[in-house]
Order: sequence, then structure tokens, then C-alpha cells
Amino acid sequence: MKLTRALPLATLAAAVAAACQAQAQTEITVATVNNNDMVIMQSLTEEFETQHPDIELDWVVLEENVLRQRLTTDVATGGGQFDVMTIGTYEVPIWAERGWLTPLDDLPADYAVDDLLQSVRDGLSHDDTLHALPFYGESSMMYYRQDLFDEAGIEMPEQPSWEEVRDWAGQLHDPDNEVAGICLRGKPGWGENMAFVSTLVNTFGGRWFDEAWNPELESPAWQEAIGFYVELLGDYGPPGASSNGFNENLALFSRGNCAMWVDATSAAGKLYDPDESDVADRLGFAPAPVAETPKGSHWLWSWALAIPASSEKQEAAETFITWATSREYVELVGETEGWTSVPPGTRESTYANENYQQAAPFADFVLEAIRDADPTDSTLEPTPYVGVQFVGIPEFQSIGTQVGQTIASALTGDVSVEQALQTAQRATERTMQRAGYLD
Amino acid sequence: MTTAKTKFPATAERMPPQAAGVSPLRSAFARRLGLTALGWAIACLIFFPIFWMVLTGFKTESAAIADPSLIFSPTLESYIAVQERAGYFKFAMNSVVVAFGSTLAALLIAIPSAYSMAFLPTRRTKGTLLWMLSTKMLPPVGVLVPIYLLFRDVGLLDTRTGLTIVYTLMNLPIVVWMLYTFFKDLPKDILEAGRMDGASTLQEVCFLLLPLTLPGIASTGLLSVILSWNEAFWSLNLTSSKAAPLTAYIASFSSPEGLFWAKLSAASTMAIAPILVFGWLTQKQMVRGLTFGAVK
Amino acid sequence: MTKTRAAGRTVGGLRTLSLQAPAVTLLLLWMIVPLAMTVWFSLQRYNLLMPEMTGFAGLENYRYLFTDPALWTAMGNTLLLVGSVLAITVVGGTLLAVLFQQEFPGRGVARVLAISPFFVMPTVSALVWKNMMMHPSNGVLSWLAESFGLPAVDWFSSLPLTSIIIIVSWQWLPFALLILLTAIQSLDDDQVEAARMDGAGPVAIFFFITLPHLKRAISVVIMIEMIFLLTIFAEIFVTTSGGPGLATTNLAFLIYIQALLDFDVGMASAGGVVAVILANIVAIFLVRMVAKNLES
Repeated sequence: MKLTRALPLATLAAAVAAACQAQAQTEITVATVNNNDMVIMQSLTEEFETQHPDIELDWVVLEENVLRQRLTTDVATGGGQFDVMTIGTYEVPIWAERGWLTPLDDLPADYAVDDLLQSVRDGLSHDDTLHALPFYGESSMMYYRQDLFDEAGIEMPEQPSWEEVRDWAGQLHDPDNEVAGICLRGKPGWGENMAFVSTLVNTFGGRWFDEAWNPELESPAWQEAIGFYVELLGDYGPPGASSNGFNENLALFSRGNCAMWVDATSAAGKLYDPDESDVADRLGFAPAPVAETPKGSHWLWSWALAIPASSEKQEAAETFITWATSREYVELVGETEGWTSVPPGTRESTYANENYQQAAPFADFVLEAIRDADPTDSTLEPTPYVGVQFVGIPEFQSIGTQVGQTIASALTGDVSVEQALQTAQRATERTMQRAGYLD
Repeated sequence: MTTAKTKFPATAERMPPQAAGVSPLRSAFARRLGLTALGWAIACLIFFPIFWMVLTGFKTESAAIADPSLIFSPTLESYIAVQERAGYFKFAMNSVVVAFGSTLAALLIAIPSAYSMAFLPTRRTKGTLLWMLSTKMLPPVGVLVPIYLLFRDVGLLDTRTGLTIVYTLMNLPIVVWMLYTFFKDLPKDILEAGRMDGASTLQEVCFLLLPLTLPGIASTGLLSVILSWNEAFWSLNLTSSKAAPLTAYIASFSSPEGLFWAKLSAASTMAIAPILVFGWLTQKQMVRGLTFGAVK
Repeated sequence: MTKTRAAGRTVGGLRTLSLQAPAVTLLLLWMIVPLAMTVWFSLQRYNLLMPEMTGFAGLENYRYLFTDPALWTAMGNTLLLVGSVLAITVVGGTLLAVLFQQEFPGRGVARVLAISPFFVMPTVSALVWKNMMMHPSNGVLSWLAESFGLPAVDWFSSLPLTSIIIIVSWQWLPFALLILLTAIQSLDDDQVEAARMDGAGPVAIFFFITLPHLKRAISVVIMIEMIFLLTIFAEIFVTTSGGPGLATTNLAFLIYIQALLDFDVGMASAGGVVAVILANIVAIFLVRMVAKNLES
């Protein structure tokens, strides 16, 4: 009798205690992309919560395009739905300029801001103040199949040119054995095919806009670059190249369906992991190929964690983002997930780490590519914009996507390269006029 | 009893004109065989993508992208991986609450309205009805920003209440219209008789109209549940974590890096399983309701 | 006589008002508030990403919209998409309804399989078709083609709109089947019998008895499908993002590009207003075509 009466009371007391504890906790909503590195971050939630018992993490994990649109709506309307946002080098300066992000000017000393790679830091700063902390960073480079190159007797030079790449693609293209000479991005989108195409245009000597913001999509450099791209991918690409983005190409290359692939350096860790890739032991690396100029031949991107100004839990949010981008976090991932899985391209200390050096032979290569990329000087002729594979203006999302669409239609052969570029030029002019850059 | 009687001779009599020379029994058998084969072939063809998705969910990632094969050793690894990353039940619960809540609310609002349109029509009734339906043809993207601002100001972002309200209003036109067609088919005399006996409007609706049109109301409700469950625009844009339903769950698996087909299939299977089973269980009911009204 | 009717109408009018009030008021709010905001924004210079650019824009947004060469392509695509899917689902649905009306072993299960796609979320079905059916190297369709020695079709780049039409038809065919099957069940057996006695073959019976009987149900299918098909979005978003070029951009997707890639609220609102007008034109067109059938 006594026991039965005591039991509910005890339960009640426990519930009240739990409720009180829950009250004291701050719950922060973290919005992030469903990329592998972020999935690892999510899986380490418990680690963070044990270290910081007063903070609870609530995750919103979405596919990149959905996430971007969701976050922009929220931040621009001051919706306050998220406390931590995962955004890229493109968004940070634009959003910071509008006062939508909390400046990160008093980071704790043990965070070691100076350890962050300079070019990545610059990309996430506005008025010389960091507005987001880099979670991982990347440039672009070329992956190739060492075994196929050896068989064909091709020697990879220190710096390949696009002309050479075309010859090799022709030699190695072997559709009967399901090996394409080269895989490149074809899926339309400013962050998909246009990221690659922009670097190609840069190295062919072209630019998006001249100094007075006139679009230059019909210039000879664009014609040449796009013509080259369409021909190369059309002749030696995999089937359905126009719907292949980063993920699709990663899957193709890791199954051995491509002889060469030019894409993000962040793919290296995955390709080098024998669990995920069939070609881990036959993998070669080279810098992204060049044509007229080495400038802007490889991009610079980073995914970063930022705190929207509309968040009401600034302090807890900052605790989280400094944890997830810290040296300790890199160590933690290295120990729990293996060193090839650590988020690359953010800290000098990662590259100085012996464990990483040993596990990832591509490390120096990636570091060099990231250091070398300069968003402020990435074209042969001067431009009014910042960004290697994008143009740092708000209108670029739609311009890039529309141009990406027309280039994809040139790739499928629906229209000629000239026609596609003409359409693209018109559409870009319209958008720029509307935005008030042009009269 | 009656059905059996009418149907059997119908099959027997169908033969003579065409199959004069062949034995009627043999021809009937051949016809039945052909019919069975065709019916099953088409049903399987239509169902195949769903079947394939469910199957892929039980494969390993590398088996999922290998050449299509029915023979493989099934594994639950994708389900486990998916469940580790996102708690299924939180999302499923939100879907259930919002889908059924909005359906209930829509029915409550729509019944009186459809009643008056069916039994007390005015010159504007048909206009109102069509106007209601035309509101459904608005692309929701066009009004996202106004609605988002509105929801922000009244604190409805990422709440089940907010999503329920949106779905209620989203389905209201269809619900009103369907109920209207059901009510209109009810013989007026029945209600007339009730009124003669001194029933108030409320009594009339509760004790005569609703019981008589229950199958129709049920099938309308079922349709509304299905539409709310599958809605993917508002649910993605107006929720973040607390009220996110299964459509948001899918969006977190839809195109990640690396190999993902098995995981995506597992997540998709879990997202559609409840509504699929619900649909299977209630399809008879749905058909009964529809026979009764709109399409008789 | 006249007097009583007039009196009845006032009472009825009052009752109508009080009964319709909740639904109509809510719908009115749902329609008017966002619509008013949309019209207002469509006359403004308002871009979420450019907070400094504000002010009255007059008809500038509309001018940009109507001079956009993409607008007309998008309208054409919208009509083509809606038209093709309607044609496929109505014709296919009718034939399937006739088939599944026949008795054969396992008919119940076959029916359930055939209507299942209707319960699947549009996002999921688009993902399944894209990744597992139509994928150029690993899809089931390309595997089938290759086993017959045919070249694999790269669906989304060589036949983009056709692919979308296939996916959407797959989703809506079961709906048409469900409604038409229901309707066909209420077909009077005696009438069919009588026709058969008069020597009518199955084809004649189909055209002169079954089809006229289905007229109303077909109208219902067209009406409801039209509402959803005009705003098709998820299927395009998941598979082709409106491309290649503008090949699969419909009106809803065009507005999406304006609203959520550009965050140009002014322009998106103008697009929304145009879509409302278009929806109403379609609605008026529908009144003519469908309402007449619904009356009988």
C-alpha cells in the first residue's frame, strides 16, 4: 500500500526535477546540409552535449538546394527559426553586409583564429571581421586513374593543360567497358555545372562581367570555353552527363566509370577510402588543368557555420560553432571516424598533423590549391566582383542557374553553343538591368 | 444472391455471338485466362516502381546500384543508418497530427457550408463554388513570402497549429465541393420530412444528413488526409524542426554525397508506408463514398 | 405562391449566410489577405536580398514579366503538361476501369496494387523514377533496354518533358482509375444486357453505353486533376530543375525561380497575379465544360 502510493509520488518528483533541468537547458536549432562531413557532426551530438550539459542540439538536416532557400527566406524576413546556419562562401559576405549575421569578433583565445587558412578566412569576412566559421573548405583539382594512365603510357605532368586532357580523354575513352574518358559536372545550377564552367572560362581568359558590370557571355573566351566543354563532354563523357552533378560524378568515379574527373578537393577523402571507393588504390591527383591563364583555374569554397542576428540564443550558438570548427573537433573526428574523414581545408594544424599526413597523401596538394586560390584576382582581365567560381552579388544565384540551364541545353545538343550563349547573355542583361547595375 | 444470379448468366450469354464454332466453355476459360494475365500484368507494371523501391531499401548500397536483380541477401543496414540520423517517429507523429487535424477541421467548416449550398442555393452558389476551386490553382510559391511574414508575426512558424491551418485552408475548396455533390444527391423529401416533424437545422444536419451521407463524408476525409500527408511545399517552408513532417524527413535524404540509393529507399519506404497501408485499408470505403455521390 | 417563396428565400438567405459564413469567411481571408499582399507587392520594388531597394514600381514588374521570353515557353509547357497528363490518365483510366471491372482471380489485390501510386508522395515518386527507373546507367529502364540490345535512353536530357509527363501520369492514373472504376460499378447491368441482346458488340457497348455513363465521372477527374496539375512543382524540382534550357519549366517553376532563387518578391508576386488570372480563365472555361455535366 505504502509502496504503491510512494511510487507515483517519486515518479512525479523525478518528472519535476527533469522538467526543471530541461528548463535550464538552452535548445539551439542547427540547420545544415546532408553532406557526409555534416552527418558526422550530427552523429557527434552526444559528445558535444556531454561537454556542454546546458546546451541541447536540435538538428534540421536538408538537401542543399532546399536548405539554401529555406535559410534565405528565414534570414531575410528575420524569421528567427534557426540559431546556427550552414552557409557558404557565397552567402557570408552578402548576408553580413545586410547585417543578418552576428559578427564573430571576440572569439575565445584557445580557438586559435590564426590557425584558420588565410584564403578561407578572407572568404568568410566582411569589413575584416569573420561572420562565419569554416567547417570545411575545398578547392578543385583533377583526379585520374593511375592504372589506366600507366597502361596507355601517359605521364602526368606537374601542371596538365586542357589541350592535353582532351587528348588523354580520347585515348582512354572506352564505352564498351563503361569507362568514360572524362567526367565533369553537367547538372544545371550555379553551384553545380556553373562552378566548374566558371573556372574553365577563367582559365580560357574570360570573365562574367567587365568592369562596368556588362555581361561578357558572348565574348570569344566564353565561346571557346563552352565550345570546348560541350565537345569534350559530348565526345568522351559518360551517358547522361547533363544530369551529373558532384554526387553523381563521385559515384561514377568511385566505381571506376571515369578515367579523369575535375572536381572538388573534398572528394579526395571519399575516393581514398576503400570502403566507399573501388578505385582507392589506383588513384592519381593533379592540379586542375589550365588553358590561357592559370588564374582562376581552381575554385575556392567553404561551408561555414554562422549565427543569424535574429537568433535569441547567441551565446549557446557561439559555443556550438566554435566547438564544431575547433582543432579539438578535428582530433575527435580523426580518432572516432578515421583521419581521411576529418573536415579538410580549414586549419593549418590539420595539415601539420602527422596522422592526417599519413592517412591522406593528397593533403599537401589540397592545401596548396586552397592557399593558391584568390577570389579577388581570378580572371585575366579585371572584374568588379569577388569570387572564383561565382560572382559575389545576390543576383548570381538566379543568373548562374539560368545560364547553367542554357549551357546544359547546349550540352544535350538542343541548341548550339552560340545560341545558348546568346540566350544566356540576354537573360543576364535583363537581370542586371532590373537590379540596377545597367541602364 | 441476386448478384450471383445476374452475373453468371451474363458471362454465359456473352459468348454466343462471337464464338460460334468453339465450345463456349473453352472460350470462356481462354478469355478468363487472358483477362487474368492482362489484369495482373498491368497491376504489377503500375506497382513496380514502389515494389522496386521497397526492395532496394533492403539491399546494401553497392547492391543497390549494381545491375537490377531480384536475388540478394536482404539487410536492415540502411534502415538502421537512416534511423540513427533522424528519429522517424517525431516526423511521423507530426504527419499524423497535421493530416488528421486539418482534415477534421476542414470537415467541420465545410459541412455547414456545403449544406447551405446544396439545400438553400442562391444565384451565387455556383459562382462561389467555382471561385473556391480556382483558389486551388494558385501556385503556392507565389504567396510564400507574404504567408511567411504573416506566420512570423503571429508566431505560427514551425508549429503544428500553423501547418494544420494551412492544410485546412488548402483542402477546404475540394472538401466543400465534394460534400456539396454528395449532399445534393440526397433526396430533398427526406429532409423535408424531418423539418415537418419539427427538427431544427442542427438536428436535421446531425440526425439526418450526416448519417445518410456518411460514406461520402468518409471518402472526402480520406482524400483530404492523403493530400495533406503528401503535401511537400508548405511543410518544407513553414517548419524547421519541431513541426516537421515526413516530407521534411525525405528532404534530408534526397540527394546526399556518395552512395545513397538504399538509404533513400529505406527512408522513402518508411515515409509512405503509413499512408499506403491506410489507403489500402480504406480504399473500399473510398470507393463506396465516391459511388454514392460525385460520380454516380 | 409567390409570397411564400419570397418569404422562404429571405429565411433561407439568412440561414445560408450563417451556415456558409465560416467556410467562406476563412477562404476569403485565406484568399484575400495573401492576394491583396501579392497585388501590393507586385507593384513594389521589393527584393528580400536588396533591403535598400524599395519603393513603388508601378507596372514595371509586369513589364519585365511579360517581356521575359521564358514566360511564354513556361505557359506552353504548362498547357502541354496538363493536356498530356489529362489525356493519358483519362483514356488510360477508362480502359483500366473497364479491365478491372471484369471478374478475374485476385482482382481485389490487383486493384489495390494499381491504385497504390496515388498514395505516394510526389517527392518520393520523383526520386524513385529519377534514381531507380530512368537513371541512364543504373536505372531499370536502361537495364531493360540494354538487355534487348537497344541503346539506353538518357531520359531527363533527351526527353525531359516526356519524362515529367510519364512520372506525373503514373501518379494520377490511379486516381482516375479509382473514380472511374467507382462510376463504372454503378452502370446498370440491365441496360448492358439489353444492348447485348440487340446484338451490340463489346466495342459498341463501350462507346454507346459505358462512355456516356462515365461522362460525369470523367468531368470530375478532369476538374480535380486540373487543379493539381496546373501547380505541378515537386516533380520538376526533384528531377530536372526546369531544364535542360527551359524544356520543363512550367509557370509554377518559373515563379519559383523568381521567388526563391532571386528572392525578387515584386516579380514573383506579379507572376502570382498572372497565375491567378490564368487560373480564373481556366475556371471559367471549366464552368462551361464541366459544370454542365455536373448539373445533370
